[in-house]
Amino acid sequence: MTVMTYRDALNQALREELKRDDSVFLMGEEVAEYNGAYKVSRGLLEEFGPKRIVDTPITELGFAGVGVGAAMAGLRPIIEFMTWNFALLALDQVVNAAAKILYMSNGQYKMPMVFRGPNGSALQLAAQHSQAWDSWLAHIPGLKVVSPGTPADAKGLLKAAIRDDNPVIVLEGEMLYNTKGEVDDNPDLIVPIGKAELKREGDHCTIVTFGKMVLVALQAADQLAKQGVNVDVLDLRTVRPMDVEAIANSVAKTNRAVVVEEGWEVCGIGAQVVDYIQRECFDDLDAPVVRVHQADVPMPYAKNLEKLAKPDAAKTIAAVKRVMYLED
Amino acid sequence: MSKKNTSNSASANARDTAVGYLHSMLMQRRFEEKSAEAYAIGKIGGFCHLYIGQEAVSTGTMATLRPDDYVITAYRDHGLALARGMTPREVMAELFGRAAGCSGGKGGSMHLFDRKLNFLGGHGIVGGHIPIATGVGFAISYRGGDQVCVCFFGEAAVNIGAFHEALNMASLWNLPVVFIMENNRYGMGTAIGRSTAQQDVVKRAEAYAMIGISIDGQDVSGVHDQIGAAVERARKEHRPTLVEVRTTRFMGHSMSDAASGTYRTKEELDQSMQRDPILLLKKKMLSNGMLSEDEYVRMDDEAKAAAQDAWDFADASPEPGPEELFSHVLSDGQAEAAQ
Repeated sequence: MTVMTYRDALNQALREELKRDDSVFLMGEEVAEYNGAYKVSRGLLEEFGPKRIVDTPITELGFAGVGVGAAMAGLRPIIEFMTWNFALLALDQVVNAAAKILYMSNGQYKMPMVFRGPNGSALQLAAQHSQAWDSWLAHIPGLKVVSPGTPADAKGLLKAAIRDDNPVIVLEGEMLYNTKGEVDDNPDLIVPIGKAELKREGDHCTIVTFGKMVLVALQAADQLAKQGVNVDVLDLRTVRPMDVEAIANSVAKTNRAVVVEEGWEVCGIGAQVVDYIQRECFDDLDAPVVRVHQADVPMPYAKNLEKLAKPDAAKTIAAVKRVMYLED
Repeated sequence: MSKKNTSNSASANARDTAVGYLHSMLMQRRFEEKSAEAYAIGKIGGFCHLYIGQEAVSTGTMATLRPDDYVITAYRDHGLALARGMTPREVMAELFGRAAGCSGGKGGSMHLFDRKLNFLGGHGIVGGHIPIATGVGFAISYRGGDQVCVCFFGEAAVNIGAFHEALNMASLWNLPVVFIMENNRYGMGTAIGRSTAQQDVVKRAEAYAMIGISIDGQDVSGVHDQIGAAVERARKEHRPTLVEVRTTRFMGHSMSDAASGTYRTKEELDQSMQRDPILLLKKKMLSNGMLSEDEYVRMDDEAKAAAQDAWDFADASPEPGPEELFSHVLSDGQAEAAQ
């Protein structure tokens, strides 16, 4: 075990998988000479050369499609979006090509590729640079979508994504890149796609979350514990396919649930989690499930308004108290 | 070997080549006429875009390729699939939505795929497959191979961003891709003059520091020779080419619109149809003694019979089983397991 940042964990995953399989390459804007806009690809050009670490023009749709074509011809592309905010331009390739070609071709063309980059908001980047696309992408059959919240999961899930024969979306967090945690040094270790993890155990309520909100939920759990409320923090890690069994097991134990996500409310990941809970745990519930999410507005720039818009530990604590019928 | 024998064998080869072209074009033509018939009585559903009139482009191009080269196209793909070597039976079965279709009945008219032939699909979003072709070229170059990827699209696709992004990267990175723009002058019902500021569309190549050529798409030998040169440039020099092939579709955009009368006049269409690629080749072969009228009729009858056989085969083929609904959503069967 080594303590490292989320950024370095991703970097290590890339390095190990590039070494392991020479059909793997990394392509995107500023990934090579600039060492990555967020330095996730630092040092990779030097180690693997320009054939495998490829700078592109500013052309999200174009290089996403290049990835699809390379995958159809047998390579294993990793396509980096400088942020998922820019990837909206590439969604035709992600949705209409990468996700559907296996099905449309009746299994003839696999799509072993990864689309990755930071998702959601950072600090005061305003409306066009602060969007969480989790639910948009998780809506699409043919994709897998992972959203790691810790360095260990970032490394393990990215490695699993690269080895997967399907198109896998990796949603990273700009605000997570500097966070630290213990990471296994074993290059053979992966985190399986589709498996949630209980990051903290408690009997009173379940907080279901993923990605950047895992740390928020853990902060909330710490503060709640001081008030005598102990919660399960269930980190989905993968939002498609979702680990419904893990959700059901936790809710069956606690009888209450709060879902915390970075994105908007309407048709969000939380809505899907609530649907699974009402189907699987109807008789277990002692209270309606409450959701915590971004305010239903484009992200404002002003610091105070941005804070009001974002989900945080205080909002999570309030939601847990509400499902437990406790005074705030 | 005497001079005379060499010359005899050269002309025999030329005849075989011409007969091959004629066979390929007649097969596409009669197949699609049969498809139109099947569509009219509901055997084929959805969208159905016919290639009739453009057969010299598919036939001439495919004759320049090796089996390990790659082909990718948009949704007007029946003729290209047949010219590449798919059987009329498996293509017709796909149009009928049957299990024996080349995509198991899950793709339909617009999504013909055949991995054995490196036929990377029929794609339904205008321009969306052009960056994929660049990616195939990237993979060829990555491996140091000498294959080529040919990518077909209509002239209306040059106005979408994907075209620009894909050609820029193909040239920037010296990728072995031949971009074949079939200019039939209409993007659905919009004439090129109403959609494209620079109607001399091959000039787009200059923007990407790429060689651009403009050729007659009704003369199959010319298509073969000129696209062949572009294919060789891709293979040997790793340089892409933009080829504008001037052609005409004799039918509507799809089975939903008439060939003429709305956005194009009957007179214009009639005039274009004087240059039917099949008739042009037939005339040339008759005049230079490569073909007799009887031989032509026999070949045409064979093509009609093969089209009928494809229909009969497709009609008798079972539909995909209900278990196919969830197969191949993911390559590891996780989607099936979740049901």
